[in-house]
Amino acid sequence: MPAASASASFDFDHLVVRDVSRHFGRRRALARVSFDCGAGRLLALLGPNGAGKSTLLSILATLSAPSSGEVRYGAVTAREAGSAVRARIGVLGHDLYLYPELTARENLRFFGQLAGVRDPEPRVSAALARAGLTERGDDLVGRFSRGMRQRLALERALLHEPRLVLLDEPFTGLDDGSTRALLDRLDGLRREGAIVVVTTHDLDVIEPVIDEALVLREGRLWAVEAGGPGLRARYRAALSREGGNVG
Amino acid sequence: MSAEIARPGFLRTAWLVTRKDLTVELRSREIVYTTLFFAVSCVLVFAFGFVKDGRPVDDVSAAILWIAIAFSGTLALGRTFERERASETLQALMLAPADRPAIYAGKLLGIVLLLGAVELVVVPLVALLFQAPYLARPLPLVALLVTGTLGFAAVGTLFAAMLVRARSRDVLLPVLLYPITIPVIIAGVRGTAALAQPDGAAIVRAWISMLVFFDVVFVTLALWTFEAVMTE
Repeated sequence: MPAASASASFDFDHLVVRDVSRHFGRRRALARVSFDCGAGRLLALLGPNGAGKSTLLSILATLSAPSSGEVRYGAVTAREAGSAVRARIGVLGHDLYLYPELTARENLRFFGQLAGVRDPEPRVSAALARAGLTERGDDLVGRFSRGMRQRLALERALLHEPRLVLLDEPFTGLDDGSTRALLDRLDGLRREGAIVVVTTHDLDVIEPVIDEALVLREGRLWAVEAGGPGLRARYRAALSREGGNVG
Repeated sequence: MSAEIARPGFLRTAWLVTRKDLTVELRSREIVYTTLFFAVSCVLVFAFGFVKDGRPVDDVSAAILWIAIAFSGTLALGRTFERERASETLQALMLAPADRPAIYAGKLLGIVLLLGAVELVVVPLVALLFQAPYLARPLPLVALLVTGTLGFAAVGTLFAAMLVRARSRDVLLPVLLYPITIPVIIAGVRGTAALAQPDGAAIVRAWISMLVFFDVVFVTLALWTFEAVMTE
């Protein structure tokens, strides 16, 4: 077991999902979902509860393995790339992945070090500033409001500048100002060349910034919609359309 | 997208996880207090039953010591992973680019250190209440405790991590853990009992050797299987 550091030179510029299915016992959570996404694209995963959005995010995050099909990060699968692929993935889950017994600064420092960030302190201070938590950096996270924890968790997920950013309901608990700041942040990530995948029910909020929306229903890729105005109406129409618009 | 990152090595990752667990525990002191309270209560209850007129029943102290370690260890294992489950931070650890077996090693080391702190109180208490001359042979005693605790925690850490999402985890953990760690308990009890015998040095060495063998086998198995069992 090597004690020395391994260089994280692995990177990719596109994500390929091919015929991914996932079963939990006899229940089918995902059925032959396929799509591609290149660097600098912001993709929304939409769908009613239980459509398979979180399962798909979990597979993209390498937390779950597909029952069949494959996900390629550039040219390689998660199994082929091993832990190196996780160095290029940032995840903000529905649960925020923060230790309430640690301070905001300690949380960021710990996850930064675990991700292999060299000299994490400047990044930690910058992240606290972006989250608007500079003054509260040495307070325990357990004393934060949901919105503050949400902002901190986003910075935790982005501390190591991931290529693939996976966000599960990132607007939950955010006020208007924080929502606008998050939208700006997502737009910035896209311009920097990240692949951003967001699950959300806040369609009106997300429509100005996304490039494409994938609509899931009953585990199937049901429809693909472009971003822009009227997303909610198009989403509703797509869900009501028998068979969707994906061949 | 040009992060200056160098994925941490095995030992560095393990230490980061252990240090984080110790920091969290030092803040809350929840697990060490409850585990210690449980272990001391366990020893005291046995002392009420097995010490009559200031004289303990022969050859029971070693068993009582290892029962206290096993029961309080189960409590510590459950609480440690319950803490990770409550904030879903175990998933965050699994998402880190570090080797997943190193995360297991970090959690294991944290549990061993926690149980070591409990043993610092429980061993002298058992020696005092049951008039057992364990402290007269400190080196073999430490070897038995370290190898026994490591073996118990190695299996327990793997099972506790596996069961973190199971609804009946509190029931399942001891059901799975005790049958597999019976060799550790037997070796610990027999080896500790032999410490009190004037000519027991060879017996102690034999039981320590068995515990080392158990540790090597189960730590290796756990490191090998951890990634697979933690990927859904």
